[in-house]
Amino acid sequence: MKDLLNGWGPTAAVFLPLVGAAVLLAIPKSEETLHKVVALVTSLAVFVVGVGLLATFDYDKSAKMQFLVDKTWIEMINSRYIVAIDGISLPLIALTVFVVPLVIIYSWNHFPEPHNPKAFLTLILVLETGMVGTFVAQDLLLFFVFFELVLLPMYFMIGVFGGEQRKYASLKFFLYTAFGSALMIVSILATYFLSPKVNIDGVMQHTFSMIELSNWAGSGLAKGTAILIFGGFFMGFGIKVPMFPFHTWLPDAHTQAPTQGSVILAAVLLKLGTYGFVRIAIPILPVGAVWWAPIIGGLAVIGIIYGALGCLAQTDMKRLIAFSSVAHMGYVMLGISTLTSFGINAAIFGMVAHGLITGMLFFLAGSVKDRFHTLEIKRLGGLLLQAPRMGWLLAFSCMASLGLPGLAGFWGEFPAILSAYSPADGLNVPLFRFFMVVAAIGTVFAAGYLLWLLQRVAFGTPTEEFEDEHIHDMHLTDYLAWSPMIILIVVLGVYPNLLFKITDGAVIHSLSHIAGH
Amino acid sequence: MLTHAWIIPLIPALSFLLILAVGKKLPRGGSEIGLASVAICFVLALAVGIGWIGRVNHPPEAGGLAKHVAAVVAENEHSLAASSPDSGTAAAHGTEGTAEAGHGAEATTEEAGHGTEATAEGEGHEAAGEEEHHVTEPVIREITWFQNGGVKINVGTMIDGLSALMLVVVTLISMLVHVFSTDYVAGDRRYTHYFAFLSLFTASMLFFVLADNTLQMIVGWELVGLCSFGLIGHWWEEKPNSDAALKAFLTNRVGDIGLLCGVIILYFAAGRTFDTVTINTLANEGEIRHFLLLVASLSLMTAVMSKSGQFVLHTWLPDAMAGPTPVSALIHAATMVVAGVFMIARLYGVFFNGFSIGTGTLNPMAVVGAVTLIGAGLLAFVQSDIKKVLAYSTVSQLGYMVMALGVGGWTAGIFHLFTHALFKACLFLGAGSLAHHIHSFDMKKDMGGLRKVMPKTFWTFMIGTAALVAFPFTSGFWSKDEILASSQQLGGGGGYKFMLIAGTAGAALTGAYMTRAIWYVFFGERRGASATHDMHENGPRITVPLIILSVGALFAGFTNIPEGTIFPKAWTLRFEHFVEPTGSYFPGELPSFAHPEFNIWVAVISTAVGLLGILLAYLWFFKQKGPHGITERNKVARGGFKVLENKYGLDILYTDIIAGGFKGPIAKGAYWFNQNVIDGLVNLVASTARTTGAWVYKNIDQGVVDNVVKGSGLAAEGSGEVLRKTQTGKVQAYGAYLFLGAAVLAALLVVLAS
Repeated sequence: MKDLLNGWGPTAAVFLPLVGAAVLLAIPKSEETLHKVVALVTSLAVFVVGVGLLATFDYDKSAKMQFLVDKTWIEMINSRYIVAIDGISLPLIALTVFVVPLVIIYSWNHFPEPHNPKAFLTLILVLETGMVGTFVAQDLLLFFVFFELVLLPMYFMIGVFGGEQRKYASLKFFLYTAFGSALMIVSILATYFLSPKVNIDGVMQHTFSMIELSNWAGSGLAKGTAILIFGGFFMGFGIKVPMFPFHTWLPDAHTQAPTQGSVILAAVLLKLGTYGFVRIAIPILPVGAVWWAPIIGGLAVIGIIYGALGCLAQTDMKRLIAFSSVAHMGYVMLGISTLTSFGINAAIFGMVAHGLITGMLFFLAGSVKDRFHTLEIKRLGGLLLQAPRMGWLLAFSCMASLGLPGLAGFWGEFPAILSAYSPADGLNVPLFRFFMVVAAIGTVFAAGYLLWLLQRVAFGTPTEEFEDEHIHDMHLTDYLAWSPMIILIVVLGVYPNLLFKITDGAVIHSLSHIAGH
Repeated sequence: MLTHAWIIPLIPALSFLLILAVGKKLPRGGSEIGLASVAICFVLALAVGIGWIGRVNHPPEAGGLAKHVAAVVAENEHSLAASSPDSGTAAAHGTEGTAEAGHGAEATTEEAGHGTEATAEGEGHEAAGEEEHHVTEPVIREITWFQNGGVKINVGTMIDGLSALMLVVVTLISMLVHVFSTDYVAGDRRYTHYFAFLSLFTASMLFFVLADNTLQMIVGWELVGLCSFGLIGHWWEEKPNSDAALKAFLTNRVGDIGLLCGVIILYFAAGRTFDTVTINTLANEGEIRHFLLLVASLSLMTAVMSKSGQFVLHTWLPDAMAGPTPVSALIHAATMVVAGVFMIARLYGVFFNGFSIGTGTLNPMAVVGAVTLIGAGLLAFVQSDIKKVLAYSTVSQLGYMVMALGVGGWTAGIFHLFTHALFKACLFLGAGSLAHHIHSFDMKKDMGGLRKVMPKTFWTFMIGTAALVAFPFTSGFWSKDEILASSQQLGGGGGYKFMLIAGTAGAALTGAYMTRAIWYVFFGERRGASATHDMHENGPRITVPLIILSVGALFAGFTNIPEGTIFPKAWTLRFEHFVEPTGSYFPGELPSFAHPEFNIWVAVISTAVGLLGILLAYLWFFKQKGPHGITERNKVARGGFKVLENKYGLDILYTDIIAGGFKGPIAKGAYWFNQNVIDGLVNLVASTARTTGAWVYKNIDQGVVDNVVKGSGLAAEGSGEVLRKTQTGKVQAYGAYLFLGAAVLAALLVVLAS
């Protein structure tokens, strides 16, 4: 088992969904149930592979690249098929393979219009390939391919199955991200050409290998060049996160996307950007990172406050949750910008926590929309009376989202704030302490908009409009899809070491070229 | 039991889950689970208390504490050395305990108390002193919670006199409130939910008081806040209740900014640890820069102001009375609101040194306490809701506690916390008993003359009041006297005079507003709802807790009779002896720390002033003497009255101006900026690109790129057919342009850089 996973684990996790998608395409459109079953079985199979990876991962050596496979891919430019997993990627892979089956379960009776399960499920599976692939790729070009692969299914998901303004939203999403990617590929190519050649089968060649490049860590590169290259990565990943001021695609995409799309977007897609910083930009270009860190930190705390203000101004529940992502990813980016192991561990925890919690909030928003056919906060109220279970889950998710200790969100937020007190060497300490205070103030705003949302939606009594309507509380699929997320939010909140233990070694290792981490 | 205290919060936590799971199906709606669990907790807490008393009486040899600290310091130095040299203060104590370090580290991880397995070479010099000065070290037990950045962060329990006391107080009051509630909230729409939250609260509070590190304190601190939120908003159908709940939570969050910052500062100042013993010890030993201690103390003080209802962040507490009355007794009088006071007491090494309490005559903590006790005492005069009177009274009494800690009277403050928990819980439950039938707390409109129909409630309420106004020999008398004696004698150069005056004046206020309340509730004619209802005494589930609490309110003060009175010496200062920590983590070791002595004049004068307050209020209300109606006739009096009625305008400032400002114009402005400026720019770029692209496509790029574009456009068209026609072709075109541009840029960069 261990041997099999060693050779095939990551590859299986990446390409199984694609196989599933191919099978789906072969099944006639009318066989809806079969489509659902195939998709679910595929995603569960991937999940099983993920569990296998989790079970056989050597946690004492989380800094080491495990399940490593290194095969020739594009020989001419020495781009190789390198996949491997370490403590930084493992939690995000786990998150991905965990969320996708839940999304499929939730979809069972909730397919968005136009009703086309075949296409919809195919898109989800293709997405999964892209997402898992991004997290396991250890070759820059391979990474880039997967990173871009994610774009298309999401584009179609929003553009076809989205709300009224889907065209605008999907186009904006696509172009904005593509713009970032374009700058990123510049940086990838520059890294490729400017890094020293390595010995591949006796021939000295340039390399895309992230492992090699991280070991090189930009030594001998002029500072200005490092800063420029980092800048390209910054744009590519920063837009994906999204960081203020490149965030405006996010509320539109989220609001227009179908529930499932929003969940995947929040749970996994946003993490591609932050993951990129942690995996690629910082380890390969530590000098650039030190130069950019104050800018990243500054934009992060602006995002925290700004996102919160945006939330307060919203009249639509889903858009409010979307804006809250800007604020939450601000904490993640603040943790990253400190360039300390404490901060980056917190950031990874924050990614997972945000994925689960905000994913949960989007699920709930989708279900509210399903039942009330509106998400306008003014028209809602008294959810706790009409659908008490959903109401309590909303309360739970809001509490988790505002960073209540004992639930997962806290461990992404507080350690990130803490790490800003003492950033890595070479960073402006008073500036980062100022960031710390601003971020701490941000927690008040988070509580403000979330509780205000909760008060208006769940408390009180139903508005006249829906007073006499019978509202169905949770369905079976809701229970199945949501309870694993809820349980995980609590478990991670009570025993955060489950995650910190995995990431810590790898993060420390990835920062070995940064002083005072 | 001392090493297994972790079981205590676990029981109500399980009870919470169990009530949620099966509560509704049980004959008593889950209350039986809650009651049983809290009763077990109470017994265990008593066992801890007795165990602790035994430990103080026969202290094991000291030395474990020093090892604990050395181990924590060494552990962090080790982990830091492994990663990188740290610029912080950790390096400062590098020389101190390296030899001992590895040794001590073993002791920490082994298990059980550190105090038990001390060795002869331990630092025994504290213990070597007089017999009375035995060091009784806390019992700490911890496990790794998580590791981050190579630093291990623990979760654990710390038992010393303070936590043992808190365990007993919390479980006792919680148990009585549970009993009271089974009758009081019987038939409520969310009976099960109510008891579930009570259990969760009890668990969180116990978790908080047992915390051996500041991170764990944050967790407990926020969780009790959550329960407070849930219980204030228990009847969330009505907007004022959910408003009050939100206000409580958000105000506390404001204070939490200080909590987070303070904890973070101390974490780094102590060389990357949350461990309270280590932080305190380093603070006492002067290992942490005074400036850092001062900033940390100020930050944490903000948190205290919100949680413990100190001016100017107290405004949520009176509003919190929207919750069910037993909750007010438990959370908003006896336990949760003293969390801030507890935190000061727990981190006293930090505050004592940070604010130079032992040598000063004025400091922020003492001032906040003094202002609060007077300011809130005045507000209690203009309330017509009895719960609000008690709420402001709670704020005022919390002011006493904070002031006591601020002047250096640690024991006085904690002693007052203890007595206050008893008499204030008694008063709140009494108010609940009064309102049980009439469902109104308006004493002007709906009460009056109730002493005859509800005799048990009346007498217990009177006893509670007597203790609150510090009537001689009741519990409040002893604790308040000790606070005043502390203000008079401690500190440098003539003591905290201003605090002594404020505290004494506060005694008059307390006496007066309580006399007023008693008049409205129990004397005169029955009015409003109480006149139309058939009023009668409540059943035993309500009256028995009242009686138990009133007995406590009457006699609890005898646990800390000062020396120098008529009582035998063996009876005196028992509370101080058992509760006040000894050892390096408490400033008691410092030369600037002192204990006050009984001063007959302070006692006599403050009692006289208190009685004067009672007398004046008696004359005014009972005898209708004095210039009644002065607020109509006199401008100054009317102005003063208005200021009080508007609660000093703070509510308007917070709710309307600050919160309203952010919710309204500021948020809307930011969003406008987002939609029109940032997004406008994005759209502008997009449309410019589109026009440029079209132009380039048409006029320049016919050759090479054309085919690529066409090819990808066709491919996209194909896939579009499968799903639905979209603007794919265009997107692909942009994509192609972007990549072309990227390639050019990359080439440029490479050329430039190489």
